[in-house]
Amino acid sequence: MKIHIKNGRLIDPKNGIDAKQDLFIAAGRVVGVGRAPVDFQANQTIDAEKLVVCPGLVDLSARLREPGFEYKATLESELQAAAAGGVTSLACPPDTDPVLDEPGLVEMLKHRAKLLNLAHVYPLGALTRQLQGKNLTEMCELAEAGCVGFSQADAPLTDTQVLWNAMQYAATFDFTVWLRPEDAYLVKGGVAHNGEVAARLGLQGIPASTETIAIATILRLMKETGAKVHLCRLSTAEGVEMVRQAKQQGLAVSCDVAATHVHLTEHDIGYFDSHCHLRPPLRSQRDKEALRSGLADATIDAICSDHTPVDDDAKLATFAESEAGASGLELLLPLTLKWALEGKVGLSMALERITSAPAAVMGINTGHLSVGTVADICVFDADAYYQVAAKNLKSQGKNTPFLGMELAGKVRYTLVAGQVVYQGD
Amino acid sequence: MNNPQLNKEGKLTHLLSIEGLSASILREILDTAESFVGVAEREVKKVPLLRGKTVCNLFFENSTRTRTTFEIAAKRLSADVITLNVGTSSQSKGETILDTVDNLIAMHADMFVVRHSQSGAAHFIARHVQENIHVINAGDGRHAHPTQGLLDVFTIRHYKPEMHNLRVAVVGDLLHSRVARSEIHALTTLGVPEVRVIAPKTLLPEHVEKLGVRVFHDMAEGLKDVDVVMMLRLQNERMNGALLPSAQEYFKCYGLTQEKLALARPDAIVMHPGPMNRGVEIDSAVADGNQSVILPQVTYGIAIRMAVMSILAGN
Amino acid sequence: MLPDAEQLLDTLAEQIRAQISDDSALVGIHSGGAWLAERLQQKLGGDIPLGTLDISFYRDDFSRIGLHPQIKPSNIPFDVENQHIILVDDVLYTGRTVRAALNELFDYGRPSRVTLAVLVDRGERELPIEPQAIGAKVTLSKGQNLELIRDNAGKFSLRLHEPK
Repeated sequence: MKIHIKNGRLIDPKNGIDAKQDLFIAAGRVVGVGRAPVDFQANQTIDAEKLVVCPGLVDLSARLREPGFEYKATLESELQAAAAGGVTSLACPPDTDPVLDEPGLVEMLKHRAKLLNLAHVYPLGALTRQLQGKNLTEMCELAEAGCVGFSQADAPLTDTQVLWNAMQYAATFDFTVWLRPEDAYLVKGGVAHNGEVAARLGLQGIPASTETIAIATILRLMKETGAKVHLCRLSTAEGVEMVRQAKQQGLAVSCDVAATHVHLTEHDIGYFDSHCHLRPPLRSQRDKEALRSGLADATIDAICSDHTPVDDDAKLATFAESEAGASGLELLLPLTLKWALEGKVGLSMALERITSAPAAVMGINTGHLSVGTVADICVFDADAYYQVAAKNLKSQGKNTPFLGMELAGKVRYTLVAGQVVYQGD
Repeated sequence: MNNPQLNKEGKLTHLLSIEGLSASILREILDTAESFVGVAEREVKKVPLLRGKTVCNLFFENSTRTRTTFEIAAKRLSADVITLNVGTSSQSKGETILDTVDNLIAMHADMFVVRHSQSGAAHFIARHVQENIHVINAGDGRHAHPTQGLLDVFTIRHYKPEMHNLRVAVVGDLLHSRVARSEIHALTTLGVPEVRVIAPKTLLPEHVEKLGVRVFHDMAEGLKDVDVVMMLRLQNERMNGALLPSAQEYFKCYGLTQEKLALARPDAIVMHPGPMNRGVEIDSAVADGNQSVILPQVTYGIAIRMAVMSILAGN
Repeated sequence: MLPDAEQLLDTLAEQIRAQISDDSALVGIHSGGAWLAERLQQKLGGDIPLGTLDISFYRDDFSRIGLHPQIKPSNIPFDVENQHIILVDDVLYTGRTVRAALNELFDYGRPSRVTLAVLVDRGERELPIEPQAIGAKVTLSKGQNLELIRDNAGKFSLRLHEPK
């Protein structure tokens, strides 16, 4: 299969390309950028006039809900959502049921995802068995099975000795430990940012120190153990500043932010909108601005969808009793474009946050369009506006705070390994 | 964002919180309640306004006092009243709030009076009922208790009609108090120029000053020259723990005694939403003293609830 | 040409004077009837007890139009038990207001007798209610609305509102 994508605006942040160039694909790989290889005869030509052609998006966190939570979503439904969102590679956290703490489970997941052939799935293995924060998992075995990192997902790791050991062990093999910085005690019972809105609505607050204390601990342990850590879902201004300084000191730390937190604040909770019940909580306007600055100066490496499909029943409850999380695979691109527009950030730099930068965090060779790489590609119309509606979401999770909002950025084609897996209108 | 308490004509259709209601709506409720105070003094204490309507008291959390006043109010308006203490029945069998509500709607309930331990529960129910059904929040978690807030300002207005000239102090556990939030919104909306809160830092929500109050941690300082002292109830489970060392120490620092009350204006009134913990937040001498208006609060509570029910049913 | 309200008040007072006894009391219906009852009390000598009723809580159109936004408390500062109550209203039309007033009145107690005094009777009754004292009878077309006005000096006049 040979594909010729012509007339598009080719943006490849990693290779510094932003120009009207054609792309040539053969046998699942990029074989030419700008110039066709000799004797190239396309079986299929995609006219990308007025469209952007970029590397397929790389998402650092998408819950696919399998195994164990098929009533919330299935591998098939969520990988279709990924394809529709232009996401071609994604990391999935280990908080499934059973937890991804055994190589067999990881292999099964990878195998099933491969059969569907809609996106590359990179599981994160559990850092501790059952995510219980006590015993280490077989990290080497899990890595061999396909895990790209080890994570506690949203499960607390209260015992800092276990954390120290886990980081030591991971450092031995140069594995990356993915941690969502959250002090397990300060967060207890909390459901919203410890600010004005929580005060007004009578919701138990989660102070910013919940995050900063955990970051301080992790950074300190990184220095002592030499472990590589990826910090997941930063939410506070102080947290961003701490990472900025750590990076300046040369620490091997990376971090991401959820697309929701780049746009929403505590005020979006409005009258107890359970779609805005997220972990970490939506914080203040000041925090949101700091997250945006962190993205702009690359303190924050990547924007992820933090895709968490939740069934309607679990959201149909009072704010505190509703299940946290938002569906987001299909909104990662439009929300990143919205940030670029509002923050006056160049399109190439914005796309870097959802392509090559997250690929680097995962340590996988994708997120760019160099000749010879696997042809994972997203072709989208940056100016096409559409209204977010439950019926248009491929994901089984219709839970997003952006329902009803007008967003720009429609995916026209998604290619995974040189095959069109999604074609939009 | 649409105010979920108002219908398309901008009239009150649910009473979920004081926040977001205009001063004119609050005054309409207070003025209507004035008329209902008289009804309670007649030989026949009933009016036929809600004849044929069914009011359902839906209590997911027990409260004898609040439930009783709503029951009396509904009965005095000639409504049929069903009371469900869901806290002790079907909820424990896994039935959701909405299942319970849907069942009662199928039985043609016209109005729900809801008490729940979670903030936002009344909003949640209001969002899911049809347009012709009204929801009254009788206390949701730490969020709001609007009829209590209204009866408190009604009481204040009765004794101190010059609301634009008042200094009011709210004392106690503001962190967990839905009553305090409703009181503060009612007072500030009706133009009380100075609302103070007095509590230790462990019992104040972060950013409480954003509600438009002055924060005091010292009782003597905070009570100086106030016209109204509103005491809050300290829940038993908060008395000994991480937030407060003991009830004794709390009483010493924040309990209202005659000596502390003497720092307020000589004609200051003392209020408490009940039930009181004598010797914890308030001394008996003050609770039963001549500055206390705690019992009139209870009486006015019925009139306020009658007013709210009849205004909602009519809109 | 509308009749002069002050003259009608005199006529009404004279009719009522003939009907009162030791146990009589005036009860005016908010708001026109309450104003009239106050003036009638002065004209009749001042020692006859006076009360007012706001029938908002008893209206039969509540379910259609809701609660009147400015309710005044009813105020009957005497025991109605075994009294002769003279119910006073400005304009008698369908009779529904009087029905509501009778209902409310009986919630205060059991009067020995109730009579009805109105400044203007415009006919077109929808209920079996008849006044015992009348200032004047007028004929109006449906949709027209007759209102009693009290100026700053306390002087009464009638105003006719044409249908919109």
